[in-house]
Amino acid sequence: MRDKRMSPAEVVAELRDGMTIGIGGWGSRRKPMALVRAILTSPLRDLTIVSYGGPEMGLLCAAGKVRRAVYGFVTLDTIPYDPHFSRARQEGSISVRELDEGMLQTGLRARSQRLPFLPIRAGLGSDVMALNPELRTVRDPYASPEEAEEFVAMPALSLDATLVHLNRADRYGNAQYLGPDPYFDDLYCLAATKRYVSVERIVPTSELTKAAPQTLLLNRTMVDGVIEAPGGAHPTSCVPDYDRDEAFQRHYADSARDPETWPEFERTFLAGDDAAYHAAVREWTA
Amino acid sequence: MTDSTITRAEVCVAACADLFASDGEVVASPMGLIPSLGARLARLTSAPDLLLSDGEATLLAPDGAPEGWLPFRVVLDVVVPGGRRHVVMGANQVDRFGNQNISCIGPHERPVRQLLGVRGAPGNTINHRTSYWVPRHSARVLVEAVDVVSGVGHDRARAGGLRYHDVHRVVTNLAVFDFQTSDGSIRLRSVHPWVDTSEVVAQTGFAVETDGVETTRSPSSAELEILRDTLDPAGRREKEVPS
Repeated sequence: MRDKRMSPAEVVAELRDGMTIGIGGWGSRRKPMALVRAILTSPLRDLTIVSYGGPEMGLLCAAGKVRRAVYGFVTLDTIPYDPHFSRARQEGSISVRELDEGMLQTGLRARSQRLPFLPIRAGLGSDVMALNPELRTVRDPYASPEEAEEFVAMPALSLDATLVHLNRADRYGNAQYLGPDPYFDDLYCLAATKRYVSVERIVPTSELTKAAPQTLLLNRTMVDGVIEAPGGAHPTSCVPDYDRDEAFQRHYADSARDPETWPEFERTFLAGDDAAYHAAVREWTA
Repeated sequence: MTDSTITRAEVCVAACADLFASDGEVVASPMGLIPSLGARLARLTSAPDLLLSDGEATLLAPDGAPEGWLPFRVVLDVVVPGGRRHVVMGANQVDRFGNQNISCIGPHERPVRQLLGVRGAPGNTINHRTSYWVPRHSARVLVEAVDVVSGVGHDRARAGGLRYHDVHRVVTNLAVFDFQTSDGSIRLRSVHPWVDTSEVVAQTGFAVETDGVETTRSPSSAELEILRDTLDPAGRREKEVPS
């Protein structure tokens, strides 16, 4: 079987300017932050980011990587708004496609099933329709014309690449979540051409199967690269391995709010590789 | 107020508990502290069949023991479209038909202030019962027209024939509104015991009809005991609605 182990730098080398990239997790929960940080220091640009947005959206905006954001929300969970994302929106430096969070899921599902669209009620009557003039509706073809309901025809969301972070994987791409919620990481992989999963630990396949089989969210057909990145979701949560680092997230948000303090945060935490990041976080925490 | 020791926050919790009184066996999804306390209080008193989440992916019994699994995908796949849910969302703006905004202030292409984004508001409001909690009632929140319609109001729902639309009530730190009018516009239902009706009129950005307005009920001694001793012994509620 194919050994799919890669480094974050090797993942970034496979990405291209202008790509549409899906990012798994939810808000400030189990985000593939090690892979995102690798993008920050790369020359990649003009990305379209599709995400249930958290700090990755803010960081990518601050680094000037985002041309377009596709999201239902962007939040740090315990801190309502990401300051970098807010600034990017308020300065008009990114374009957006803002959708109901169910529409985002439906778009990923349509792509995963190789369907051009799927019907959904969410969006009707709201400004989502006006803000996204490309959206079309579809009528129930089974009901009589006078009773036929109209639905949003949510178009498939096609991703060039997807980045997700899980708890465990083997080197072949079987990957496992051990926390309470899989989020939508399987859909992100199914909707993408290139699929990269970072994990807390790469383990032998036999260790994965010690937990219940339904924890094995991804199988080998859904993964192209496996990256071992302990602490790879930090500062977002990755239970049961670790909770969100609330103190560090606050430090991030406070630094991001003030253009004077941001360069210092960048220099301290984001200039080096993954090992340098974790060393700097340990030093800050101590 | 009969019992002068009852706080403003406690009246707001009871008003939030009353949101769920007729709901039966549905998932209560309260966003924020006061609605969460209200939902838990309802479950222990008037609405024993409610399902309550821990805010992550686990459904909890009143004693805090897990009774079920509710990851986001189940919410988006089944609970929201299935309608067995009553969400109490926050609102940066609400208008007189119950249109709600949590997306941004100002023009969407370049907002004056970016907020959350529409989140699940479009799907919630056209699929199942939705109420709103406004901790700081002002004419900046209760506005004539919202900047971005995230949650769908009664005027748009009627125009679009949205059959499952059910925006129920708006509870604020001053008053309770519902939409039980012929055209689905907002109606002042009650003002809280420490509030003068004229204050609500002054603090609201759209015209408020004040005929037949009642006083919001105070929590019973049994409710107060549950709230103070079991649900919020640290008194976190008093920070959200100071007395």
